[in-house]
Amino acid sequence: MTDDPILALHGVHKSFGPVEVLSGIDIVLRSGEVLALIGENGAGKSTTMKILAGYQPATKGRILLDGQEVRFGSLHEGEAAGIVLIHQEFNLAEQLTVEQNIFLGRELRRGLLLDKKRMRDLTRQYLARLNCRVDPDTPVSQLSNSDKQMVEIAKALSRNARVLIMDEPTAVLTGSEVEVLFEQVRALRAAGTAILFTSHKLGEVANIADRVTIMRDGAVVRTDIVAAMTEDDMATAMVGRDVSALYPAKPGVLKGGSVALQVQGLTVPGHAQDIGFTLRHGEILGIAGLIGSGRTEAMEGLCGLRPATMTALKIEGQPVTIRSTADALDHGLCYMTEDRKLRGLLLDKGMRVNLTLQALARFGRILIDRKAEDAALVQAVKEFDIRAGSADVLVGNLSGGNQQKLLLAKIMQSEPRILIVDEPTRGIDIGTKQQIYTFLRALAAAGKSIVVVSSEMQEIIGMSDRVLVMRQGGIAGTLEGDHITEDAIVRHAMGVGADTDERAA
Amino acid sequence: MTSETVNPISHRRRLPSMSVLGPILALVILIVIGALMNSNFLSSGNINNVLSRSAFIGIIAVGMTFVITAGGLDLSVGSMAAFIAGLMILVMNAALPTLGVGVPIILLGMLTALLAGVLAGMLNGFLITTLGIEAFIVTLGTMGIYRSLVTWLANGGTLSLDFELRGFYRPVYFDGVLGVAWPIIVFAVVVILGEILMSRARFGRHCAATGSNEHVAHYSNVNVNRTRMLTYIMLGMLVGVATIMYVPRLGSASASTGVLWELEAIAAVIIGGTVLKGGFGRVWGTVIGVLILSLIDNILNLTDLVSPYLNGAIQGVIIVLAVILQREAKAKG
Repeated sequence: MTDDPILALHGVHKSFGPVEVLSGIDIVLRSGEVLALIGENGAGKSTTMKILAGYQPATKGRILLDGQEVRFGSLHEGEAAGIVLIHQEFNLAEQLTVEQNIFLGRELRRGLLLDKKRMRDLTRQYLARLNCRVDPDTPVSQLSNSDKQMVEIAKALSRNARVLIMDEPTAVLTGSEVEVLFEQVRALRAAGTAILFTSHKLGEVANIADRVTIMRDGAVVRTDIVAAMTEDDMATAMVGRDVSALYPAKPGVLKGGSVALQVQGLTVPGHAQDIGFTLRHGEILGIAGLIGSGRTEAMEGLCGLRPATMTALKIEGQPVTIRSTADALDHGLCYMTEDRKLRGLLLDKGMRVNLTLQALARFGRILIDRKAEDAALVQAVKEFDIRAGSADVLVGNLSGGNQQKLLLAKIMQSEPRILIVDEPTRGIDIGTKQQIYTFLRALAAAGKSIVVVSSEMQEIIGMSDRVLVMRQGGIAGTLEGDHITEDAIVRHAMGVGADTDERAA
Repeated sequence: MTSETVNPISHRRRLPSMSVLGPILALVILIVIGALMNSNFLSSGNINNVLSRSAFIGIIAVGMTFVITAGGLDLSVGSMAAFIAGLMILVMNAALPTLGVGVPIILLGMLTALLAGVLAGMLNGFLITTLGIEAFIVTLGTMGIYRSLVTWLANGGTLSLDFELRGFYRPVYFDGVLGVAWPIIVFAVVVILGEILMSRARFGRHCAATGSNEHVAHYSNVNVNRTRMLTYIMLGMLVGVATIMYVPRLGSASASTGVLWELEAIAAVIIGGTVLKGGFGRVWGTVIGVLILSLIDNILNLTDLVSPYLNGAIQGVIIVLAVILQREAKAKG
């Protein structure tokens, strides 16, 4: 580790029109050091990263590269200086192959023609360093999210990045993939690269970062070495209030609660087989499991979003058939998607249109009652604490947390009695998480039944009265009460759970 | 961001954007130019003439607005109109000996046109939604099919409505109420219904949602396939309506009937501010687009400033300009 700052911001301000999003930021990136930048959504992390990488100019303040003041005219100048930014939303051409993506814009040539052999060999080398086993000839559109992330990192490797800036690199990765990524980060650090990353997972920050810079409302509130802080300290500094009670208290299992939903033999071809479970009134049922274990597909099949078969389905004790989302909604069963940007919200529309889309029939049989819609929006903004500059703002311009709250508000317009939420807090800040958890618990307390599908272990443990663990399209185990532990969930999810926890199933 | 204040549900008052003002402004400028250049331009005769000719494309373009808003496209409407016109003439001529000249045979012809339109729209919709083939490919295919069918029906020449029948049917194009021709009245009704359907009804909202992001629409309990299907059926039916107004004008149909109507209709939709890739559409804008295209044609014919042969070139420039304006508005907005 050396102490020379490679890249630094001093007193950087950034305004969009009259709105100041950064007010006097100081950040220092040193060679051979991992810096974590944390803060709630909307704290200004993304803008800070874009200024560091030369994507956006600062309104005021100095950017120092190797001690010299620089002004990047474009992102190419940033890249030429060895600064690579990996976006949260991947910047890959979906139809091109892995190799074509890695060398996009910097194709190697031999004379006039492309030197395909060398590019392929280099691509293999980069991927091998990342323990990533994808064929360089695979089109990116066929890759999983985690493989796409690896390709992005391989792209950065190919650019000999001196400064690597990653926007929530672990948001789409599974636990073992995160480990692979971190190994690579450690290797890069050892090689002298300066690394900055953001994450909402404080455990990861404690694990990998050397120093942490915490932002709130466009300003740096604290910078310190990681060892000097607990996760609780970080969360408190981010939110500006105590968040140790992230999860609302569980009321204790309602054994006597009547059964709201009973599913038997749910099969979604290619994804899930023979899933069966019951859900009681007032209960929050967690569904855990690795990404790809068929959780999402099973729930989508249950709600009529994809083809599925069931041997029996009872809602409130009555046998019902669900073939479409309309059927599901008629029975008070509603699914909230894990992907708010691609499946949940129309990003190029306003909040009103999004809020009422799923329950449009409530706002008029043929013609839509605009006044009723506006009233519903005012109500939802208040109830869910959605923070938008104006009612006309396009939903794509809202922060992730506010989008998620709007999505929840939209789902609630259908007045579900059985609510299935898939990754309800993915990629959002801790303050908003707390609000969503509180809302879900209150909903359960009001007698509704809730299923929480999540990859976040703490969320499953903190929220669920009962947990189903899925593995390879089937239910690997059921956990209840004190048996809901990280260890037990992992064992079931990995298929090694058949020992002490079996009695809980 | 720091700009977020708590619960501000205020609607910002601001000037309408260029994408709203642009087409209106262009129309006003065209009217002023026309009036300055030819004193006849604003005569009721000329206005009636321009609007009547606009009605065919206009009625079709209203349907096209829904198709494009829902993320689709239909290239087959021009050939479809020709085919329906040919079919209508054949059916009416064939029924002449039994029904004689009178209202029933006209109604039969109209029913034929509407039915054929609905079926043709259903065929497009079925291939696009149920079989999942690109709209561009499907309608390129059906465009060729209908064009070739009408040529075949006419045996390479012209299908003509029986002379007596034509005299009886003529008023449907040439007469009207209080000096306003029937095609204009029908066009106006279609526009008003279309505008309400698009901006106030669930169907319009569903079209916009489908075109904006069909996955989101699907997850939001919008029946994406049904919505798309309905837009194609509606467009087919409106092609039928346009044909009903068109046949009495010339009383004939041939391989050259309705050539390039599809492009004019699509151009009108785009000039009016509907987004070509779907997700946002406005019927009133389409009407302005249709009027702009017709007025250019009319002005060039009435004045000798520019050769009427350059009509297509000027329309082309306007279409490209309209899309550039749309993009500017999007970048700012």
